Parts: sequence; C-alpha cells; structure tokens
Amino acid sequence: MTTQTTAGPKPVATRRTGTTRAPGSRLERRRQRWGWLFVSPFLAVFALFLVFPLFYAFGMSLFTSTLATGTKFTGIGNYVKAFTDPLFMEGLLRVAAFAIVMIPAQLIVALLAALVLDSLTSWLSKLSRLLIFVPYAIPVVIGALMWSFLYSPKFGPSATLFTAVGLPTPDFLASGTIFGSLVNIVTWQWSGYYMVVIYAALRSIDPSIYEAARIDGANGLQTALRIKLPMISSSMVMVITFALIGTLQFFTEPVVLRNIAQGAIDAAYTPNMYAYSLAFSYSQFNYASAIAFSLGALVFAGSYLFLFLTRKQSGLK
Amino acid sequence: MKSKLLAVGGTVAVAAAALTGCSAGESTSATECTNKIVNADATQVSVWAWYPAFEDVVDLFNESHDDVQICWTNAGQGNDEYTKFSTALEAGSGAPDVIMLESEVLSSFSIRDGLVDLTEFGANDVKGDYTEGAWKDVSSGDAVYAIPVDGGPMGMLYRQDILDQYGIAAPTTWDEFAAAAKTLKDAGAPGVLADFPTNGRAYNQALFAQAGSVPFAYDNANPTEIGIDVNDEGSKKVLSYWSDLVDQGLVATDDAFTADYNTKLVDGSYAIYVAAAWGPGYLSGLSDADSDAVWRAAPVPQWDAANPVQINWGGSTFAVTSQAKDKEAAAVVAKEVFGTEEAWKIGIEQAALFPLWKPILESDYFRDLEYPFFGGQQINKDVFLEAAAGYTGFTFSPFQNYAYDQLTEQLYAMTQGEKSSDQALDDLQSSLETYAGEQGFTLE
Repeated sequence: MTTQTTAGPKPVATRRTGTTRAPGSRLERRRQRWGWLFVSPFLAVFALFLVFPLFYAFGMSLFTSTLATGTKFTGIGNYVKAFTDPLFMEGLLRVAAFAIVMIPAQLIVALLAALVLDSLTSWLSKLSRLLIFVPYAIPVVIGALMWSFLYSPKFGPSATLFTAVGLPTPDFLASGTIFGSLVNIVTWQWSGYYMVVIYAALRSIDPSIYEAARIDGANGLQTALRIKLPMISSSMVMVITFALIGTLQFFTEPVVLRNIAQGAIDAAYTPNMYAYSLAFSYSQFNYASAIAFSLGALVFAGSYLFLFLTRKQSGLK
Repeated sequence: MKSKLLAVGGTVAVAAAALTGCSAGESTSATECTNKIVNADATQVSVWAWYPAFEDVVDLFNESHDDVQICWTNAGQGNDEYTKFSTALEAGSGAPDVIMLESEVLSSFSIRDGLVDLTEFGANDVKGDYTEGAWKDVSSGDAVYAIPVDGGPMGMLYRQDILDQYGIAAPTTWDEFAAAAKTLKDAGAPGVLADFPTNGRAYNQALFAQAGSVPFAYDNANPTEIGIDVNDEGSKKVLSYWSDLVDQGLVATDDAFTADYNTKLVDGSYAIYVAAAWGPGYLSGLSDADSDAVWRAAPVPQWDAANPVQINWGGSTFAVTSQAKDKEAAAVVAKEVFGTEEAWKIGIEQAALFPLWKPILESDYFRDLEYPFFGGQQINKDVFLEAAAGYTGFTFSPFQNYAYDQLTEQLYAMTQGEKSSDQALDDLQSSLETYAGEQGFTLE
C-alpha cells in the first residue's frame, strides 16, 4: 500500500509535462476513476443546479417576450437594451457609490477592531471579539428587519434620543438619508466577519517578529502599520474581494427596507433588485435574465480586475 | 410578523435563484391541503386564497359537496401570491386550479393566457347574482375571467371624538375636507386630518377616478391595443388638491401598509381614514388602538355634492387557472364557494368582507347589521350599500403592477418637491406609453 501511494505523484508530474507515458499510468487511470466517483455527487448537483440553469437563463436572455406580441429570438438585443437602460445604469452607479463608501467603512472598522483585539490579552478581548462577531451570526433578513424598526419614527428609539438632547428627529428613511441608513446596516452586519478573518491572519504572524521590532525600538503604532499590516495584505485582499462582490450584488437590505420606504427605494434601486422586479413583478423573465447576466459579467470583470491589480499583495502572482 | 419574515425570506431565496439564472419555478404539490377533505373519492380542486376565516368556508363547502372537494392553501397575500402564480405560469406547472385574485390584476394574467374564460362553464348563469359594476370588473368584452367575491366600495371612517374636540363637522365635500384639515392644524392638534400615501396604488387611483379619470381602455378581444390616459383633467385636479394639502403640511405623506402607518391609523394620528368597506375589518384587527376612540362611518367626500360619484378600492374574485386539471369542477368551486348565505355569514362576521353576491348584499340581515366597532352604527345602511350600488366598474391595464410602481415613484417625487402635480402625471403618462410600446401594444 505504502509503495503505491508514494509512487503515485511521480507519473502525474511526468504526464503534466506531457513528455512520456509513465509505466504506472494504468494504475493512475484506475485511481482517477475512483476520484471521479467521489466527486460525482457534487458534480451532479453542481451541473443540475448551477450549470444547467445558467445555460437555460442565458438561452432565455436571447429571446424577447412582450405581453402583447409573444416571444421571438432577438439575439443580443436584450443586452444592448440593458446597457442603454437608464434604470440599470443608475442602479450600477448606485452600487458603485455604495462600494466606494461601504467597503472602506467596513474595512476600517474591522481592521481597527482586529488590531486592538490582537494586542490585548485579557478576558475582555475574548468577549469583545465575540460581541463584534455576533451581528454576522444574525440572518441578513432579520438584521435588516430589526434595523427597519430602529429607523422607524414611531417605534424606533431615535425620536426619544434626539428630543432628549433637544435636536430635531432625523428621518432615516427619506430619499436623502436612506443611503447612509443602508451603509450603516451593512457595516454593522459584516464588519465582525471581516474582523475575524483579519484577526486570524494576525494571529498567524510569528510573534518573534514583534520582538525583533521592539528591540529595534518600534512602538505599538509602528508595529501595527509597518509590520502587521503588510504581513496580512493577502487577507485584506480577500476581504475586499468578498465585500466588492457582496456590494455589487446588493439586494437583501434594500428589499427589506423597501417595505417601509417605497418612495425612497424604488423597484430598480440596485441592479439585482431590478432583475428581481422585472422577473417577478413585471413578468419580463427574458429581459431579467439579460440584466442578471450583465450584472454577473460586470461582477466577474470587477473582481478579476481587482485581483489582477492587487496580485502582488495577495500573493496570487 | 412571522409570516412576513417567511415571505421576505422566500423573496430573497427566489431572487437568489433568479440571479444564478435558476428560473425553473417552484414545485407546488397540490396534495398538501390546509383543510380536511371530507369525501376522499371526490374530485379535488386546489385553491389559493388569503381570506381571513376562510377555513370555515372551505369546510362548509366540502361538507355540502359530494362530487367536488376544495384543497386549500394560503399562498400569501396580494403580491406574494401573484408572484408565485406568475412564476408558475412561466414554468408551465405549479399553479392551483382556482385562485383568489383582486379584480385589478385579472387582465395582467388573462393576457398571459393564465385564466380560463368561464362563459363556457356557466358563468353567465350566475351573472344575475351580482351588480353590474361587479360583473364588469371580472369581464372583458364577452369573456368572463372570474367570479366576484368581495368588493371595496369606499366610505370615510372618522374619529368622532377628535373632530368633536376641535369643533369640526364630518366633511361631506373635499372643500370641507380641506377646511377641516386647516382648522385641525391651526388649533394645534397633535395629529393631522388624514394621510396621503404615495404608495396608495389602488387607493390613489380610486381618488382620481372620482373626478372622472378613466386611466385605461383595454379589451381582451383586442389584446394588442390599449388606451392610456392618466394625465387627464380629473386626475390633475385631484392631485393638485392633495399636493396643496401636502405643501401646507395639512396631511401626512406616510407610506401605507407599514407598521408605523397601522399604528397611526388607530392611535389618533389621523382623524380620518378614507377607506374601503374592508377598512373597518382592517382597523379592528390592529393593535395599540386608542381605547377611548369613537369611530363613525360616513360617505366618502364629494367634488360636487349635487352629483355624488361612488368609488371602489380593491375587492377580490375567484378565477380558474389555465393549468386547472378539471376546469368544470374548478368552475363549480369558483361559482359556489361564496354562493351560500352560511358562507357569507362567516365572511361578513369573521372576515369583515363586503359581499358582492346579491342575495346577501340585498338582505335585511346585511343592511341592518350593527357594528360594535362603530358603536352599533349600521354602516352598511348608512354608507357602503349606497357606495356599492353607485359603482359602475373599472378597467385596469394588463401591466397594472408596473403602472402602480410608476405612480408611486411619481407621487413620491411630487411630495419631495421635485416636480409639480401636473408634471408628475405627465411623466407618468409618458413612462406608461413607452412601456406599452416596448411591450408590443399599439396605443389607441
């Protein structure tokens, strides 16, 4: 048995270089059969619930179906329409604005919390770590519903708080303030998660580096900025990528808040909501597929571009 | 609360599926009934409906029918149910046999061939049981797409105690209504006279209709032609009236159907609730009510007291879907489920529905019914029967959901001071015309 396993990797290496057929290739093929067997349950589910629907939806997006005249093949017509559709474009600009505000906000909170927690060693730090993480453990819909009550002028605490200090009560659900209200919900919910990722990266740094830094005379701030931060840059890149994808697909929080602020959040507030409204409120399944695909392509392009630009920091190069 | 959460969760799940491109539709098994099947051998007809206390009505039907049995599911209220139905139509399976639909969405589904023309299945035999307005709402040309169930003739529910406190008589015209709003504000009342919700949808449409607005002309016999006229003189007059009240701060502009709004309806924040006949049932179901509140009902205010115009807000029907397996049996259910006095007594007393079925609508029992919520006032006799009798029917567009969403956007822009009321309606007109064009309609 042991000889078989140790002999395994070698033929793979030779085959990958594509030179000679290794003597063990027959054995290798047999092992690969077993491999396929083990991945097949996953592949079946993957193909059935992701690959097939993707192809199906892409097929749908090439047709145009109208209420009055039925369905006809229009090729890329829906895509041309999507990229000239002001509602889709406004939604894209809006999520881009969200990305510019929301990602740094989450990152700064998460990074500060992680750096502070990393340098503390009391029982308090363990408790704080848990407390900061708790919002992430709350389902997104419930979190958004909870905030919608907090923002409510009738039920929320804001009226009591602001009158107590003699200020006018702000309306968190007006068209001018809803942006900030949404940023707040997302930051509250996700910072804890990113904090844990960054914190784990910080813990994996060899403490002897800090010792060396201390001997060289670096203070706490310098250690944090010059040593810790560069050493966790790959985790930071990962966190930003997650946040970027999540923000471009922004959906749940605005949908929940739309229940109490229909004027400020319209049906096409984000591209994802637009696709949803088109499909399920206006029964334009074909155009909705095209919007969903266009968004998917942009998200892919956006994250790819980001990973390419940060390939040095992330170690992907 | 819980069902709301589930609904939102479901929405998210569906949307997530939409993004990954999975629109295969959901599999609804017709075999899961909420109710008990009395005669297991009989044909089963699946029904989606969200009436309160509907279980008793279903039991009554099943006990009195040997050959047909109802298998009832509550698939969500209003748009939640329509979304499921729409997806089922697109998927080609998963719709129930009989579905509860508000009359305003009938053409949205009949244009997608989702509903069966019931004239083949004896709809005209029961035509005489309904008022002309109610029947017009369910028919398009010669076709009949549903059987009317309940209606929403409008009246004005008001807080007698608040109006008395400020020496205001219940307004009978919109001029008096505006004057009352001013009196209330000048007296420094903590609340306002009423709310003008920008997301009122059918409510706002009804207010326009009172001044003669006929927003859509559409007939299923000519399914590619539509007439759109949402910026007519009547609508403009009504909207500029409300816009004035909003600008002066005499009415609130809170979104309707939110938790805040529900509380404000019953805690005295609004002294008047211009409502449909189902409004009293809605009010009495709300919590946190002011315990000293004295509610009374009066006819809806008029533009011209000499020529009163009655309006309608909401109302629902039973339609047979194109996916029904046994259309004959399904039509029997649609016609007969609310076709007995016993069923209607449950509907009226437990669900606070306003019947459109004439034998009960015109009965002494219904006319003389006293409502404890209104201090024993006979609100049907005083207000709603007359309102129902004066209603002549309404035509909705086959893309009503879109039209309402656009209306909400325009009204919101108006209350935000971004545009005048006239401009809002002109913009609504052009956005609907564009949409109709994109959807392949020719404008009349």
